[in-house]
Amino acid sequence: MEVAVSIRNAVKRYGAVTALHGVSLDIADNSFFTLLGPSGCGKTTLLRMIAGFEEITEGEILLFGKSIASLEPNFRPVNTVFQNYALFPHMTVLDNVAFGLKMKNVDPATRRKRAGEMLELVHLSALSERMPTQLSGGQQQRVALARALAPQPKVLLLDEPLSALDLKLRQAMRVELKQMQEETGITFLFVTHDQEEALTMSDRIAVMSEGRVQQIGSARDIYETPSNRFVAQFIGQTNLIEVDVTRVHKGKADVVLPSGQGLTCSAAAASLGRHALSIRPERVTIATRGELKAVVERVVYMGSELQLLTRLDGGTAFSVRVQNAVRTEVPEPGTQIRLKLEEGAARLLTD
Amino acid sequence: MKGVRHYPGFLGITIVCLMVLYFPLMVVAVYSFNASTSITAWGGFSLRWYVDVFTGPEAERFGLATWNSITIALIAASLATIIATAAALAMIRGGRFRGWKATYGLINLPLMVPEIVVAVATLIFFSTIGLRTGYLTVLLAHITFCIPFAYLPIAARLSGIEPRYEQAARDLYATQAQAFRLILLPLLGPGLVSGWLLAFIISLDDFIITNFVKGAGMETLPTAIFGSVKQGIKPNIMAISTLMLGVSVLFVSLSYLINQRGRSSASIKE
Repeated sequence: MEVAVSIRNAVKRYGAVTALHGVSLDIADNSFFTLLGPSGCGKTTLLRMIAGFEEITEGEILLFGKSIASLEPNFRPVNTVFQNYALFPHMTVLDNVAFGLKMKNVDPATRRKRAGEMLELVHLSALSERMPTQLSGGQQQRVALARALAPQPKVLLLDEPLSALDLKLRQAMRVELKQMQEETGITFLFVTHDQEEALTMSDRIAVMSEGRVQQIGSARDIYETPSNRFVAQFIGQTNLIEVDVTRVHKGKADVVLPSGQGLTCSAAAASLGRHALSIRPERVTIATRGELKAVVERVVYMGSELQLLTRLDGGTAFSVRVQNAVRTEVPEPGTQIRLKLEEGAARLLTD
Repeated sequence: MKGVRHYPGFLGITIVCLMVLYFPLMVVAVYSFNASTSITAWGGFSLRWYVDVFTGPEAERFGLATWNSITIALIAASLATIIATAAALAMIRGGRFRGWKATYGLINLPLMVPEIVVAVATLIFFSTIGLRTGYLTVLLAHITFCIPFAYLPIAARLSGIEPRYEQAARDLYATQAQAFRLILLPLLGPGLVSGWLLAFIISLDDFIITNFVKGAGMETLPTAIFGSVKQGIKPNIMAISTLMLGVSVLFVSLSYLINQRGRSSASIKE
């Protein structure tokens, strides 16, 4: 596996404010890598640093082994799809797409041909003579994509490109983006705050918070085995229960719930004392022989699923997701139920 | 709440204001077509005073003054636009530097300083450095006082253009100079034209400063008109004033329209 982008100990300070506290990560060539985090976590700063719009305060940025940290943006073989596309409003779609090639002194015939191919790739050949303002948001987004891909960058940087689109279009574009990455073989570095986007497209995800990388892994890794409380809460929905760890042995831990009940759960690395236990709401079923006792407080109808808001013995709020099948029996609010945890559903978090 | 239109006397006050503003201009414009030599009695419609402007005894004087006015306005507006663009780039794209606020004030201050003070100061300055008054001193003075007028529309336009267009260009392998020439300059276009037109008309119009720094023998159109009026107002002055009014209205309208068009065609701001 070749490393396309390697960030080593990147620090970014704006005066007294530190936006990035020594971020290190490697992005494999020909992969779809996502920086995921809430606004202000430093993900966009990192992207802009790779593009060359922000200077790095400390650390290194390597592109296929070569340091690019001191290069001007026009000398970096990476291209960006901007959040609001930033299409040049005074140029036609075709001229927009051909701009990068023109700046690279590609001859007019070749660049027309290549720009045309790019527009075909994003299914916009028919609109090549339009001005950007005459296009819909989704079309503008495709032009921005074609424009950034046309010069065949070594890495494509995407700064929340889907956030301005409506839901249906966004969902369609996710699949298309992933396909495009596979077809072109170009490394995509995608920045988003939308965990669903990240989970559906990425080969690997770096979850960021407060200028630090919290966890790097596949979608499955970060969802199934979150390394800390932040990741568990940010990716999907989870129930967090404060527990006391009484014994740690072979990847398992014995814990005591607030109700006083004992439980054995999986734990990658744990120490004794107070910790948070994470249980995903869909890893729990209603069963007469379940180990947790709870009272149903509210039932939320969500279409394909039902969400039960319950309260455990010991007072912890606990939500449960149930498939909305014909045979699903929905307990009334106020009823006592028992919840069964799937194998490995309870995970102890290390903060 | 009722709008201002419903205040008692709104219509009357509006009419009075418009009359005060435009009635004198209308009188001048109408009487420029007067067939009689009188400036108060109407003697029928005629274009004789317009003919007089171009062929009459004062035609040569006015012709030379017009040539001076137009060449000065062209050069002054062009140079002021270039300088104002550089200033706007520094102020808006240069980031915050020490003394930013003071610089902002200094650029715009000339708009508020009484013109007579500027006129006296400019004259003293020229005589101190030993520059003989004439065409050159008028030109230099005009370039200077045109800068803030050119600056306003250019800076307004520039602050509406987000830096991401230039960034996108840089990202697509454009050098800083290419990003400026191929992206920023075309987007800035309407502001530049508007600033240039404003500067042109301000220069064309100017009397006070010009009168101080022009020296003997050199005339621009406003000073020539003033000189002529001192010997009594003749209808040819009304004709020439009406012509100038027409040019001014044309330029101001152009400036406005170009700004509007620029705003609607290129949506450069979300």
